[in-house]
Amino acid sequence: MILGRIIGEIHGTIKHPFYEGKRLLIVEKINPAGAGTGDYLIASDAVGAGSGEDVLVLDEGNGARQVYESADGPVRSVIVGVIDDIYDAS
Amino acid sequence: MLLGRVIGQVVPCIVTTGLEGVPMLLVQPLDKAMKPKGKVLVAADATRMAGPGELVAYEGGREAAMALETTFVPVDHAIIAIVDGVNYLP
Repeated sequence: MILGRIIGEIHGTIKHPFYEGKRLLIVEKINPAGAGTGDYLIASDAVGAGSGEDVLVLDEGNGARQVYESADGPVRSVIVGVIDDIYDAS
Repeated sequence: MLLGRVIGQVVPCIVTTGLEGVPMLLVQPLDKAMKPKGKVLVAADATRMAGPGELVAYEGGREAAMALETTFVPVDHAIIAIVDGVNYLP
């Protein structure tokens, strides 16, 4: 899983039927210190995350399909957690 | 998923079984500020409605093929959604 911060949301009428009714959020990847890396991805939201929140993103297909209990959904990136705090002991 | 801009179309004359009739579009990957980033790629259009100039969201990897009607096909990028709007959250 990777750390990210929600920076935006996309919407569109025409999309794969699997994504009907699912929120698609733009997530900027962050490092453990909380700074943005400049990289991003679009992930669907499984937990109800909101603007500016730090989140845990699963970027792997089989696990993502398991979240949605789908055998054939074309999904790879899913927000699976909202982060309160990151403690980096290093 | 990532954001991309459709910049053209590819018309193959011979394709592998299962890819007949699937539109192939040239997609310029975009960064989070909507600026072109990286090399142009060819993506199968799972929406079958995207065209040059449009902003799209595309998926890479195994999930790309799963977005198409015939799912066991050699495809590594597929357009999943046509993006009508992007909201950057404050």
